[in-house]
Amino acid sequence: MFDLDVVELSRLQFAVTALYHFLFVPLTIGLSMLMVIMEATYVMTRKKIWQDMTKFWGTLFGINFAMGVATGITMEFQFGTNWAYYSHYVGDIFGVPLAIEGLMAFFLESTFVGLFFFGWNRLSQLGHLLVTCLVAIGSNLSALWILIANGWMQNPVGAAFNLDTMRMELTSISEVFFNPVAQAKFVHTVAASYVTGAVFVLAISAWYMLKGRNVAFAKRSFAVAASFGLASSLSVVVLGDESGYVATEHQKMKVAAIEAMWNTELAPAGFTLFGFPDVETRETHAEIKIPALLGLIATRSLDETLPGINDLVLEAEGRIGSGVMAYSALQRIRAGEDTPMLRDIFEYHQENLGYGLLLIAQKGELEEITWSDIHETALSTIPNVPLLFWSFRIMVVLGLFFIALFAASFWVSATYNPMRSLGLLRLAFWSLPLPWVAAELGWIVAEVGRQPWAIEGILPTALGVSSVSANHVAGSLLGFVLLYTGLLLVDVFLMRRYIKLGPDGIAQQQKTHPQTAVAGGISHV
Amino acid sequence: MFDYEFLRLTWWLLLGALLIGFAITDGFDLGVASLLRLLGRDDAERRSVLEAVEPVWEGNQVWFILAGGAIFAAWPLLYAASFSGLYFAMFAVLVSLILRPVGFAFRGKLQSRGWRNSWDWLLTLSGILPSYLLGVAFGNLFLGLPFDIDSIGRFYFAGSFWQLLHPFALFCGLVSLSMFAMHGASYAAIKVSSPVRQRAQGAGIIAATVLFICLLLGGYWVDVLPGHMIVDAVNTAAPSNPLNKVVATDIGAWLSNYKAEPRLKAVPLAAVALSVATALFLFANALKAAFITSGLTVSAVISTGGVALFPFFLPSSLNPNAGLTVWDASSSQHTLELMLFATVTLLPVVLLYTAWVYRTMRGQVSVERIRKHFGWY
Repeated sequence: MFDLDVVELSRLQFAVTALYHFLFVPLTIGLSMLMVIMEATYVMTRKKIWQDMTKFWGTLFGINFAMGVATGITMEFQFGTNWAYYSHYVGDIFGVPLAIEGLMAFFLESTFVGLFFFGWNRLSQLGHLLVTCLVAIGSNLSALWILIANGWMQNPVGAAFNLDTMRMELTSISEVFFNPVAQAKFVHTVAASYVTGAVFVLAISAWYMLKGRNVAFAKRSFAVAASFGLASSLSVVVLGDESGYVATEHQKMKVAAIEAMWNTELAPAGFTLFGFPDVETRETHAEIKIPALLGLIATRSLDETLPGINDLVLEAEGRIGSGVMAYSALQRIRAGEDTPMLRDIFEYHQENLGYGLLLIAQKGELEEITWSDIHETALSTIPNVPLLFWSFRIMVVLGLFFIALFAASFWVSATYNPMRSLGLLRLAFWSLPLPWVAAELGWIVAEVGRQPWAIEGILPTALGVSSVSANHVAGSLLGFVLLYTGLLLVDVFLMRRYIKLGPDGIAQQQKTHPQTAVAGGISHV
Repeated sequence: MFDYEFLRLTWWLLLGALLIGFAITDGFDLGVASLLRLLGRDDAERRSVLEAVEPVWEGNQVWFILAGGAIFAAWPLLYAASFSGLYFAMFAVLVSLILRPVGFAFRGKLQSRGWRNSWDWLLTLSGILPSYLLGVAFGNLFLGLPFDIDSIGRFYFAGSFWQLLHPFALFCGLVSLSMFAMHGASYAAIKVSSPVRQRAQGAGIIAATVLFICLLLGGYWVDVLPGHMIVDAVNTAAPSNPLNKVVATDIGAWLSNYKAEPRLKAVPLAAVALSVATALFLFANALKAAFITSGLTVSAVISTGGVALFPFFLPSSLNPNAGLTVWDASSSQHTLELMLFATVTLLPVVLLYTAWVYRTMRGQVSVERIRKHFGWY
């Protein structure tokens, strides 16, 4: 059907379903926080407009939340259906945060989200605010546990290989939980989600003001979004920097690839502002560099050296050689030749077993391994440099743009009437899609940068797949693409209808058609 | 540290508890969705039916997600083998489960008749399909999947999708569909006013009767299926490696646990008796009692299957020795213990706030009120 194999199709399916899922998750997390702020203001001031705001943004939240849940179910089960060997090999560790996410977070947000919509008349004001808080806490905690799982894929700590079971097993949950990569990822991703929610509210409020509709409502929403967004966007950049610093320690290849830094530079390394990375010749054309900046960001020092891609490939060659020793010792032990000497050999080379598996995954089981096999495998540890280089730069530019946008909006909201700065309102409106662009690019930087590994240095992506046929995966991939795209179109259509209808339109409906209008009263608009 | 055998046994019980939790909570909203077009004849009636489950179904579904997560963490081999082995069945379950959140959220958002009708059909499908397919999957556990394991622990499958549609598996699908329909109908009968209530009672009586007949039939059918047994000495605390055992197959072996320990027969007998009781209570307008017996029926049916399979999770029809059991498909002792602590501390909290949400949303949904109702959601 397609000219792709199971590995490529499985990766494509995972990427497609994860990127779709990630269209909805940041908005869910961000909007839930904004709803808490609005409802808390309502409870404190008793002004009904703040309740209207909570309800209106809550309606949009509900449409989005449904899509987040729908696309999230796939993520929980896809490891088993499409990444069976991965699940077997690391389930002992990786399954733990996923299961705890269900217990601690997903249960919380899902149980209370129904009460958020249906509990307005059944709960006290404070009681309902508590419910909204629990939904927000649930969605934030959910991100925490998922990113602990993802952080472990980037930096697999607190685990060891077990010869008897032929898989990785958990040795320390606290190392997995306090994994610096996971913590840095969590704060960066959650702050980015807040930015997404804030841009969403800011842009739509700006649109109402431009149209002269719902002005009191929109001004307040605009001000909340601007202040919350400013704090969040500043955090994203600061915490993203932390993320980069942490990556330097644990994923040197990813950092080098993002920077298209082919050769190790004398410390402190310069930051490449612009350039065209050339994978063939392994150099970057037309570079514009800022001296010393990269060294400062990545190592926070002036004298630590950052290794370049070419040196990392050399290092990988050594590790592959050692990994092959580990793998062949392992195979002989498994075949019954269990001597102390083989155990010693395995133990000595064990930390490089993943690199041995990388060679096996690419070259198959070989009788004799040549240097060119090792060299080619080592070259495959370079991820897609131009994709990372550009994704990262666009993401950072967008991050800086959001700070400026929120700062200007905040200034205008605080000092004079935002209705008078039409230019800013238009800019805010047209910024609506940008946080999604930034978020998806962030995902690409993190996950494409991890390739060729499913678990950095431990399990090659190519080995992680299920033994299903390419046609199976092509079929399910096609199914997901069609279903998700169809649902996304319906989602966007409904969002637009409700945004266009607006709080004023809904109130109008309630007055004129109390008998027939239902569920937000969208009819005949 | 708890010993490995105890942890494995406890996690077998906990997995059963999660599946029962799923079946008695999400089970009723799957059943309600399956019967949506039958219970509600016009828009207001259907809205009433939906409003009976809308505030709570989202939390209910987490039982299913959590069961998946718990299998991943506690039984990673089972997670890997069953989900990839049942590839298209899982895909179909996923697609139908994906339609549920959007169906519930989107249906009421437009007034158009065509729009609502389409979502009603999709919601019905998203109730029937998983209810049926989960039974088919469970039935396939008794038949075994055609898989083997290689030297580095990769699973290989020899079968095709169509093999999953063995008559016994299709029959098990009918068991689970009638079970969820009965449970959903019992819930709707308590929760929604007339005329939906009467229709739900009728549908529930029919579903409970079908279930009753299926359970009797199932008992005989399982007795003529080849069952699996571990025949060498079992080391219940050995590292998880499914290839270190010898398994024999024998006609009727799935009932060997019941033969070895006759007191266990109380479980299937309870399932049969409770399904009859549910039908009778529905007939006698004892609706709360009917819902309780319906929930107990569901629990007893799942327990019956679990006890029959024990210690197997996923037998292999290709190489019986490779079948996955409680003793050789688990996580490490450390992970099982950690997850046990996490579950015993967190699950009671979940149960507490779930109970609070149900209490807050208590009371009947009145069709008359819905006819006049104007809501935000």
